[in-house]
Amino acid sequence: MALGAVVLGAALGFAAVKFKVEGDPLVEKIDAILPQTQCGQCGYPGCKPYAQAIASGEADINCCPPGGEEGIRKLADLLGREFKELSGEHGIEKPKSVAVIDEQICIGCTLCIQACPVDAIVGAAKQMHTIIADQCTGCELCLPPCPVDCILMVPLPETLDTWKWKYPVIEIKSAHHA
Amino acid sequence: MLELFRFPGGVKPVSHKEASAAAPITRAPLPKLLVVPFRQSATGAATIQVVAGEKVLKGQIIGVAEGAFGSAVHAPTSGLVRAIESRMLPHPSGLAAPCAVIEADGEERWVELSPLDPFDSDPEIVRAKIKDAGIVGLGGAAFPSHVKAKTVIDTLIINGAECEPWITCDDRLMRERADEIVSGAIILGRLMAAKRIFFGVEDNKPAAAAALHAAVGGMPPPSPQPLSREGRGAFHADAQTIQVISVPTLYPAGGEKQLIRVLTGIEIPYGKLGPDFGVQCFNVGTAHAVARAVQHGEPLISRIVTLAGNFARAGNFDVLIGTPIDALLALGAPLPDTDRVVMGGPMMGFTLHDTAVPVVKASNCLLAMSPALFPPPKPAMPCIRCGACTRACPVVLQPHELYWYARAKNFGKTQEYHLFDCIECGCCAYVCPSRIPLVDYYRFAKSEIRAREREKLAADLARERYEFRQFREEREKAEKAVRLAAKAAETKAKLAREEAAKVGAGETAIAGEPGNTETALAGEPGNTETASVAPVNDKLALIAAAQARAAAKKAAVAPQNTAELTPDQQAQVAEAEARRALIDAPKDSA
Repeated sequence: MALGAVVLGAALGFAAVKFKVEGDPLVEKIDAILPQTQCGQCGYPGCKPYAQAIASGEADINCCPPGGEEGIRKLADLLGREFKELSGEHGIEKPKSVAVIDEQICIGCTLCIQACPVDAIVGAAKQMHTIIADQCTGCELCLPPCPVDCILMVPLPETLDTWKWKYPVIEIKSAHHA
Repeated sequence: MLELFRFPGGVKPVSHKEASAAAPITRAPLPKLLVVPFRQSATGAATIQVVAGEKVLKGQIIGVAEGAFGSAVHAPTSGLVRAIESRMLPHPSGLAAPCAVIEADGEERWVELSPLDPFDSDPEIVRAKIKDAGIVGLGGAAFPSHVKAKTVIDTLIINGAECEPWITCDDRLMRERADEIVSGAIILGRLMAAKRIFFGVEDNKPAAAAALHAAVGGMPPPSPQPLSREGRGAFHADAQTIQVISVPTLYPAGGEKQLIRVLTGIEIPYGKLGPDFGVQCFNVGTAHAVARAVQHGEPLISRIVTLAGNFARAGNFDVLIGTPIDALLALGAPLPDTDRVVMGGPMMGFTLHDTAVPVVKASNCLLAMSPALFPPPKPAMPCIRCGACTRACPVVLQPHELYWYARAKNFGKTQEYHLFDCIECGCCAYVCPSRIPLVDYYRFAKSEIRAREREKLAADLARERYEFRQFREEREKAEKAVRLAAKAAETKAKLAREEAAKVGAGETAIAGEPGNTETALAGEPGNTETASVAPVNDKLALIAAAQARAAAKKAAVAPQNTAELTPDQQAQVAEAEARRALIDAPKDSA
């Protein structure tokens, strides 16, 4: 009996070390749902901090405008909570856009480079800056620091690669016609 | 006789092929203006190689294959490139993409063509030829053929089933150009070291099958010299290795996986392709284009297009890629009650937004519709779970379940029910007693899932970049702290040393001990007093020392050019010195 207890205890101890869970799995799961825009509209400095705040119960699930209604539904499903409308104080859901620098106006101040959470702006002091469109999350954090207002948010156009079939709209025969 | 197999499900719609299959292929007249999209293959575009205002020759390459799945594009006739601009494509979206607008000069002057001897060339060279000729699958999917021809297989299947109603372009091609189809099949077979070639033709096309039979029988055996690379031998064309097989008419027998199943009995599971089981499948039109490209050096600049449906003169036309569809429709004389035009067949085709769009490599059929011929669908009724769709599905899915989940936008569940196995053949919608447009739901769900996957990739990239930026900022902060600390320590140590030197050995150095430097660095209040007195004394001493050094240096410097002066020059120097003394004297006194 005692030997069995020792063996099992050792096995459990080994398993605890071997299969140690790194980080908080709930935070990871929440972070996977969040859109990674890193815009800070939720009031936290990024998606991961917001995920941590949701996991600790500090923040509500309806503070992420880029994630939109679908994101809130996924969070509600994951956390077993009721769905809530997007809270208005954090912003509204917008079509996905990317920032574009008007290169005629840019003075090369580097302020937007420092503001970009995903390092998607290339440039150097007194040199023209430009945005790597593929890496821009559309967070708009580069807009306020720009002293000459040369950054525009441009909605992404639909291309053959991004075009989607629409949800079928069909006339369902109503009961009183049948 | 080869044993045939059966795929599950399938439907037998009325074929309606007689009207367009009766007449021989007609060459469509050369239009004045051709619009050639740079994106012809389903998977990738071409890099534009011409500019507006440039003269091009017929068959000249105007776009080279971009990336692994791109495909080349050529000028369909000689003339002038009027513009490179975005034009609407024949695509269900009705979106525009870059096209070359070419004004034909009517001379039809070809570029210099370089044919290959397919039986005396390295397979890689033949494959490069197929790639450069811009050949894509002409059955409708337009997948680049050089990518498909990369593998080594046992069985090559040439698809002449043409199972969709109304379409007859492959039928006419087999009847009229069987020799070239067989040549193309042999070239492809040799390229992929196939041991046997099967032609699959639905049994409602006996004339086409007979023409292929005759062509196979009449083929001269190719030279048997073996090829060195990868052990690929020459293909021996004879009755055993090439067979023309009539398959039962059952839609969708012309689906790639369905035809493979019928001819070989191999069922290809999800996520696998024919070559994983030693089988590859090409359309008859593709085989024909391969023969033209290799034996004649001609790139793919034309194809056979069926005009069917509500036409006075339905038929098949040999059309240059880029011909405006409305010019082509006029050849068939559409009846006045034509209300829309579908590209492709009635089962899988889509309605064109505008008939001004050009013919592309994937345009196999233009189907004119009228309310009489294709009555508008009656309103859909609720699904009654009758299971008719399940019985009709050729890939053994449960279409009604997929419908529920797609309709509810429960995309995870649609994938659990293998949505991506669906070939969108339309059998389920065809048999649905409630007339639900089932395929529309599957297409919607598929494109939503693909969009989510794209978003997921973008989000993962953003997360990675965000986390790296956090890491970088932390690292920079740490590095800066270390740098500052090191500098402070250095200054401190220097001051301490000088202090020690100044006060001499008699007094106990306040900051001389190493222990003291460290505490000073940590910024303890007790230490600041001594630290602030010491620098003041130090600085005065340093200044005095520096002044002394400067004076000494000045005194040490002798003029370089005064060694060998003439007496006259010496006198001049003395005079100047005297003047300087005069000038300096009042300043000193002041």
